[in-house]
Amino acid sequence: MTVETKLPYNKEYIEQFSTSRNEPEWMKTLRLQALEQAEELEMPKPDKTKITRWNFSNFKHEYTEGKSIESIKDLPEILQDYFDQENVPQNLLIQRNHSVAYATLSDDLKDKGVIFTDIFTALKEHSDLVEKYFMKEAVSIDQNKLTALHAALLNSGAFIYVPKNVEIEDPLQVVFWQENPETALFNHVIVVADENSKVTFVENYISNNDDQETVANIVEEVIAHDGAKISFGAVDNLAAGTTSYVNRRGVAYNDATIDWALGQMNDGNTVSENITHLIGNGATSKANAVSVGRGKQIQNFTANIVQHGKATDGFILQRGVMKDSATTIFNAIGKIEHGGTKANSEQESRVLMLSPKARGDANPILLIEEDDVTAGHAASVGRVDPIQMYYLMSRGLAKEDAERLVIHGFLAPVVNELPIESVKKQLTQVIERKVY
Amino acid sequence: MAGSVLEIKNLHVEIEGKEILKGVDLTIKGGEFHAIMGPNGTGKSTLASAIMGHPSYEITDGTITLDGEDVLEMEVDERARAGLFLAMQYPSEISGVTTSDFLRSAINARRGEGNEVSLMKFIKGLDEDLDYLEIDKNMATRYLNEGFSGGEKKRNEILQLMQLKPEIAILDEIDSGLDIDALKVVSKGINKMRNENFGCLIITHYQRLLNYITPDYVHVMMRGRVVKSGGPELAKRLEAEGYDWIKEELGIEDETVEQNA
Ligand SMILES: Nc1ncnc2c1ncn2[C@@H]1O[C@H](COP(=O)(O)OP(=O)(O)OP(=O)(O)O)[C@@H](O)[C@H]1O
Ligand SMILES: [Mg+2]
Repeated sequence: MTVETKLPYNKEYIEQFSTSRNEPEWMKTLRLQALEQAEELEMPKPDKTKITRWNFSNFKHEYTEGKSIESIKDLPEILQDYFDQENVPQNLLIQRNHSVAYATLSDDLKDKGVIFTDIFTALKEHSDLVEKYFMKEAVSIDQNKLTALHAALLNSGAFIYVPKNVEIEDPLQVVFWQENPETALFNHVIVVADENSKVTFVENYISNNDDQETVANIVEEVIAHDGAKISFGAVDNLAAGTTSYVNRRGVAYNDATIDWALGQMNDGNTVSENITHLIGNGATSKANAVSVGRGKQIQNFTANIVQHGKATDGFILQRGVMKDSATTIFNAIGKIEHGGTKANSEQESRVLMLSPKARGDANPILLIEEDDVTAGHAASVGRVDPIQMYYLMSRGLAKEDAERLVIHGFLAPVVNELPIESVKKQLTQVIERKVY
Repeated sequence: MAGSVLEIKNLHVEIEGKEILKGVDLTIKGGEFHAIMGPNGTGKSTLASAIMGHPSYEITDGTITLDGEDVLEMEVDERARAGLFLAMQYPSEISGVTTSDFLRSAINARRGEGNEVSLMKFIKGLDEDLDYLEIDKNMATRYLNEGFSGGEKKRNEILQLMQLKPEIAILDEIDSGLDIDALKVVSKGINKMRNENFGCLIITHYQRLLNYITPDYVHVMMRGRVVKSGGPELAKRLEAEGYDWIKEELGIEDETVEQNA
């Protein structure tokens, strides 16, 4: 049966939702306009993956509170793993369903004017700032039906703002924990690093709904002003029942840097696009992503760096491991716009197949509209090399252990880019769980 | 009796339907050092691979036993855990896996669950062996064999040998591509292993290695068989005179396995 993408929520519902969240008027207006646009717009069309039958309409949207907690120790075990117990992050936000369960920010950062809060608080307390960035520079509301629906139905998220010249050493970490198995996440994240500032941000998405169906419609906007540096890490770990649309967008101005390290470990069908615009001269970006596909899940990942400025540098690194009858498409797109002289665009995508029924595809794409540039790409889809296995086993490693080493080794170039040690460890655990 | 016994009897091996080994007999005991010499393409590496269980080689006849246990029935990893080790002519590169992580996994695989080596003890032992083989400490944190020079790969094989302490080791051209200093260091490592519980089969083309590691027995392979065996003096004569005199003695014209016997 084809799922009819008729919108499950109407104008009255959205008006009332916005009022109940005490949102500023501009947000309410924006939501209603977005709803109208959603009716007209088309679904996204990821290259080589048909999503017309995916569940994007069966979910519960209502604002769902989650119990707040006193300390990290109150979290269930699966979440404990996300933190280094000896060294609990100083700057941590835990969103449980749609409400904040736990939030800390060091006094030092508060004094420096750093904003690190949930999206609803930000809409109330920093309305102008949110309005300035919300679906303006990075993701536009009318990109497709899902982005418009996202704006109309936003029900959770986080807002991070780092003022000029503030360099933050300790990372800011947010955990989005969808505890209720049916509740949908229309989650919006904005990270803004103002001129010459520096920040490391890490987020985790977690849910447990293996059987109950729901939707995650995630839009994230990451903006690095002149000379700013953002290191952005993520581990997406939503359960098999969640159909995910993830749209992570970066905009980097003069001499700014946005480095991504994305652990795309969802168990359900997922479309995830990560697009970075290097607007300014001398801007750079590294887009690192790993994924493990298992079961029958279908995934489509796009990493795209669009280089507008002069002397920009873009590097895409993708690694995927496919088992069971999982299907995954990796698109890597390096684009150099006219005028982007002295730009350099590099990409490498590699997929490792662990089962004969798994399907994987790596599509390297270079779109270059300027002569004075350098570019390169590499892509491969392969299986575990039997001679490597023989070598490792000849030292006494059992077949599974040898394969495990080869897989971790294969994913290491990306895993090692994750900016927080505890998150790196945790991603490694998620990989273990998904692969074995 | 000390040490293990590796016994190879009438071994026939095919690769892609072509017979390469045509009846090899060889016994290696703990405490003994054997050298195998022989021209290119006569089946030396094939013998080593067949003993270790390389997936491309098919055993069509004969037996291999280690202390009476049927080696041919064992998986590659079981052979290793039973005490066999092969330093390969062309070691694989394993991207993303550091030499030290790999070594620790391999040591623990041999020691078995619940008996793992402590991290401290492992690092101490590794440092000692790295020093002994004059290997830069960086190598332990580099990915296994990735981007290693030819000589570094060979040293790394010997590092693994020293760390894993097998009962019987086969070293396939461990000396090829080594400069004279590296040759001395590698020989020093192998000699350190020498004791009554350790048996070794050294495949080499050159007497110069045997100047540092004196073998108890020297064997010559031609046409997929061991055609002559002797003491260290046999290697010296080969170095001086080449293989022609053996071919004449045995009436062999083409020594490779290619000929149609
Ligand atoms: N994978 C393979 N496919 C086809 N033929 C092979 C393969 N491996 C070995 N052979 C053949 O088997 C024969 C013996 O090879 P082997 O590597 O055992 O010789 P070797 O004595 O070790 O030689 P060298 O001194 O050059 O290392 C050669 O003719 C070789 O071409
Ligand atoms: Mg050989």
